[in-house]
Amino acid sequence: MCPFEDLASSIDPRTDSHLSEQARLAQIDTSLRGPVFFFFAKALGWLLLASIFGLVAAVKIVNPEFLAGHEYLTYGRVFAAAVDSFVYGWGCQAAFAVALWLMARLCGTQVKHLGVLYIAGAFWNLGVLWGVGCIFFGGLTSVPLLEMPPQVAPLLGFSYVMIALWGLLSFHYRQPGPVYVSQWYLLAALLLFPWIGFSAELMIFFVPARGVVQSVVDAWFVNSLLWLWFVPVALAVMYYLLPKILGRAIFGYYLSVLGFWSLVTFAGWAGTHFLVYGPIPAWLQTVGIVGNTMLLIPAIIASLNLHGTALADPKGVWASPVLRFVVFSSVAFSLAGLVAALSSREFGLVTNLTQFTAGNGLHLLYAVFSMAMFGAAYYILPRVLGREWPSAILIKAHFWSAALGISVLVLALYYFGWRQGVEINNPEIDFITTVQNTDTLNRIRVGAGALLLVGHLAFFVNFAWMAAGAACECCCACLSRFGLLPATGGAR
Amino acid sequence: MKNLPVLYCGILFMLIAPWCGLILGSNVQLGSLQPGAAEDGDPVYPKITGGLAAQGRAVYTEMGCVYCHTQQPRPASAEILQLQTVKTNTTSRTEMAYVSPDIARGWAKRGAVPRDYIYDEHPLLGLFRNGPDLADIGSNAALSLPTSIWHYQHLYDPQITSKGSMMPPFRFLFKTQKIGDRPSPLAITLPDSEPIRPAPGYEVVPTERAIALVAYLRSLNQDYELPEAKFSR
Repeated sequence: MCPFEDLASSIDPRTDSHLSEQARLAQIDTSLRGPVFFFFAKALGWLLLASIFGLVAAVKIVNPEFLAGHEYLTYGRVFAAAVDSFVYGWGCQAAFAVALWLMARLCGTQVKHLGVLYIAGAFWNLGVLWGVGCIFFGGLTSVPLLEMPPQVAPLLGFSYVMIALWGLLSFHYRQPGPVYVSQWYLLAALLLFPWIGFSAELMIFFVPARGVVQSVVDAWFVNSLLWLWFVPVALAVMYYLLPKILGRAIFGYYLSVLGFWSLVTFAGWAGTHFLVYGPIPAWLQTVGIVGNTMLLIPAIIASLNLHGTALADPKGVWASPVLRFVVFSSVAFSLAGLVAALSSREFGLVTNLTQFTAGNGLHLLYAVFSMAMFGAAYYILPRVLGREWPSAILIKAHFWSAALGISVLVLALYYFGWRQGVEINNPEIDFITTVQNTDTLNRIRVGAGALLLVGHLAFFVNFAWMAAGAACECCCACLSRFGLLPATGGAR
Repeated sequence: MKNLPVLYCGILFMLIAPWCGLILGSNVQLGSLQPGAAEDGDPVYPKITGGLAAQGRAVYTEMGCVYCHTQQPRPASAEILQLQTVKTNTTSRTEMAYVSPDIARGWAKRGAVPRDYIYDEHPLLGLFRNGPDLADIGSNAALSLPTSIWHYQHLYDPQITSKGSMMPPFRFLFKTQKIGDRPSPLAITLPDSEPIRPAPGYEVVPTERAIALVAYLRSLNQDYELPEAKFSR
């Protein structure tokens, strides 16, 4: 037999076709137990770290003397570390876990050669750890969202390819039949992310372009990372979980194809709206504004699809802890589309370079993406681990602190950011007054940051509790297999 | 969706089109910009930042100053209609007028243009204005002359020079040393209100990194005209 055939048959992820539907789903979930658990566990660790760094940065803004004696804890470094741990530690890894599981479920395939995934995952974590460590100890590049030193990039790129490959393989070997909207979004995200990251790293660090071309590339990278990597994964989750849990078809499903294409068409053109009136040619600013405004279209279509489905059974949504997160995320996505549509020169003149921009980033990263990932985690983990969540109260605590914390935080950043922009643009107001007038915002940041941390801790405790239970059960099963325990101990 | 080739080709197209449009487009237009002179015979700008200032730029970068300070003053065309106080010799009245905030604040005499950044390894345009724009801070004589003491005091404890600032103190860029035969010429004076002062017989002097950082801040200026960017008068 040709060695390639050997390889092809060994990676062929299709499930046994003679099994019943139920048994095939179980086979898929079992095959993904390790990777999903691995990525969620690591992601959760990074989420906790990111929330602690974020909280420290927020306290430092209120009281500049807080931990001021330590060079590695200066505000710029802690802030950058918080952002990068959140984006690459939590965000990307949660997206990996969800994308792999969802793709496998929708394609009816399992994942083989788990060793490759674990090694790639370990290298990813090593890369992020190295990068964030470098930020603390003098390697900060000060390029937004590419703060980690460029040496980390090849490591992350290699890991990503090894991870995403399994998602693409699943898609390649999918069961025959129509391809569902969540699969398009996942496929687009998996293919677009490496391209975005590769171009940005190449043109900023490895073959640096001249001057502000780098700033254009970075603005494009930041926007694409949000709208073509995190948002599609979040949308895939929403389009999957809402109809699945409610047991209804997506409202106006035929529209979703338009939503998909409008998102991937326009999102890549936006980004330079961050640089309105900045040192780039006017045509680039205009293209960015138009691209960003057009993002209203996918937001409207996703809103019709998702809210139409959710509103058909509001009680069902409220009753499901998973759907509370998912619907929160979908509502946040509609609002993100509205904010994007406001984009214009006049709007940018006020909101750019203020905390409004930070609010917009958090809106997409947390209120849209992370909330969808929390919902997905609450749905997926019990299925792959074969256990229920140990505490419903902790899930509630997580939901309410996350929902309340992020709503207050984003609204405050929008409001005070707008005010900051108006005041900075009025030269009759002393600059230091504009700084002092953000004092309320800075205090809100600390409060909301603490609330979010509480939510993350609740999630962590629940997760650790469940994992400990699963590990215990696994040990008992092993022991009883070797006759060291009576069989009833682990045979549930 | 049943037509998968369309999906694949579509995604591929979406990869390539914006990249060609935005990235390649801007690179074609700006990727080989050269320094220029405002008028024939004038000196060409910008100048390359070298030596100590270049080292200071590395300190600025690794400390993450960009998370609060921008370096992109907006042009005169970035106007906003606002109530302004107009003072004459005898009266003062308010009226609606268009103002260009960054220029009115004295952050620059003109807006920044791509040519200003051609020698930057990575342009430090910045994201937020929790602090003022620094693109032209070096041409602010009041802060830099006759000595750079304002900058050193500001770095040691921003509250000395800018009460109410949210900037963190960078005392770790300074060292306390015993006063030798005579005080160091680099020693910085600290007001009585400063909470962290050296013990008697000791003085605070900037480290090499602080000296480099101040050299960089003093080197930051867009106080020159370019063919496409004249001072707004």
